[in-house]
Amino acid sequence: MDGAFIIETIVKIVVILLVFSALSGFGTYVERKVLAFMQRRLGPMHVGPYGLLQVAADGIKLFTKEDIIPQNVVKPIFKIAPVITAATAFMAAAAIPFWPQFTAFGYTVHPIVSDINVGILYVMAMMAIGLYGPLLGGMASANKWSLLSAARSAAVFISYEVITGLALLAPLMMVGSLSLIDINNYQIGGISHWIAVSQPVAFILFWIAAFAETGRTPFHLVANDHEIIDGFGTEYSGMRWGLFFIGEYANMFFISFVMAIVFLGGYGDGTIAGALGLLLKVSFFFFFFLWTRAAWPDVRPDQLMRLCWKVLMPIAVVNVVITGVVMMLTRGNG
Amino acid sequence: MNTEPFNDRNVNELSAYYYVDIENYPVTAWDKFKQVVKRSLKGELFVGLWVVLREMIKFDIHTVQYPKEKLPIGPRYRAVHKLLRLWESGFERCIGCGLCEKICISDCIRMDTRIDENSRKEVTEYSINLGRCIFCGYCAEVCPELAIVHGGRYENASEQRAHFVIKDDMLTPLDFLTAGQQEEYPGFGAITPHEDERVTKTPLAY
Repeated sequence: MDGAFIIETIVKIVVILLVFSALSGFGTYVERKVLAFMQRRLGPMHVGPYGLLQVAADGIKLFTKEDIIPQNVVKPIFKIAPVITAATAFMAAAAIPFWPQFTAFGYTVHPIVSDINVGILYVMAMMAIGLYGPLLGGMASANKWSLLSAARSAAVFISYEVITGLALLAPLMMVGSLSLIDINNYQIGGISHWIAVSQPVAFILFWIAAFAETGRTPFHLVANDHEIIDGFGTEYSGMRWGLFFIGEYANMFFISFVMAIVFLGGYGDGTIAGALGLLLKVSFFFFFFLWTRAAWPDVRPDQLMRLCWKVLMPIAVVNVVITGVVMMLTRGNG
Repeated sequence: MNTEPFNDRNVNELSAYYYVDIENYPVTAWDKFKQVVKRSLKGELFVGLWVVLREMIKFDIHTVQYPKEKLPIGPRYRAVHKLLRLWESGFERCIGCGLCEKICISDCIRMDTRIDENSRKEVTEYSINLGRCIFCGYCAEVCPELAIVHGGRYENASEQRAHFVIKDDMLTPLDFLTAGQQEEYPGFGAITPHEDERVTKTPLAY
């Protein structure tokens, strides 16, 4: 392990942290604008041209707000919970290739912090650990809405881990590797090679589960404003609440990257066009998160659980079995 | 928009109203299953997605950016009061009769008068307590001289609300009057259009 490698890794980490912190801030702006346009409003307009500096204004507000820690909370856990959400979201980014490798000034750059051989497993594990943010934050808050939200988030996240895992299993059986770069390289060769084409059911299942994993609108019951205020975030203020927010939006970006890489061919053969294609796919998935928020109603917790265990999980299992049988038959012939 | 068909509130083929078509609840298991299939395969989720996307593409924004843009208000809008002047002479129209003070149901008008050196009644004080005024418009309606009227000034945020309704603030400034900028109030109690033609001579000889 030489010095250049360490420096390179640290630079990558800093770049990812800065870029995605900024992007999750910008994501809030995009969300407000898109929702506003879909509801025939203008959205933020006053801070900067077309409200572009609204993100900066919000950031200044969050940083300078008083950090209130209520009297009856469990203080250490209450303080650490938002950090868990943000940190695990960014830790998940370590195994995601954001761009194909390229050569700059005679130096080959791999835009992935660590190409570990269990990449996708690591990403999903980190996102699963992200559950502890809402769970601990909600339980430590000494607030009944926070507690309800913590219970819901535990139920939802754990249930939908099953769906993401089983939905990913079928493509992984085909690829034979857990590394996101291997999964990407498996799909080189155009749209017909994309896993979304050969595994449409797994793709849809994973997409649905992504909404539950990030707590976005059809499955927004973790922090449903009209029932439980802001859920686990009710007692938080200032930058602690901001960390929850950054974590949520960073998670949306990262799960969009995972979906684009695993199911929609990623950056393809590694040309600039392929890389821009990856960004386009990610933008579409991110836009879809906002789009559904404008269009769809929320489901009840019991409906969400029923959907998970009685509908999606059997479909996922059947999908895995069929994939296995087909693979066995085709391999047997060849 | 033609509102004619909406005037008849009865449901018939002429009116615009109709009964919502509600199907009977399914009773048998097979009917329930059919309903589920019908509702699931209708693609309602995608209809919803399309509707919001259509609105985004049309970009038909309805926001009024208030301090910069203002909606027009009706001519009979009843905002903060104004005291008007006579057009020719520039004298105050108010004759100090006290009818507005008397009729005010929230008892918020306060006026003081005196007899001046020409033996005419002069209004020395005239103020409206905006904390009590309910903007009913009775004062404007009862005023025989069309002196107190309502204006269109609805933005009355200030350090002191009283700044809007002491006499000097309500009275039309003289330079405004000479510039012809005093506007007659078309609302409550004002002269109806073509009033001149309807005036007849008071019969003096009996």
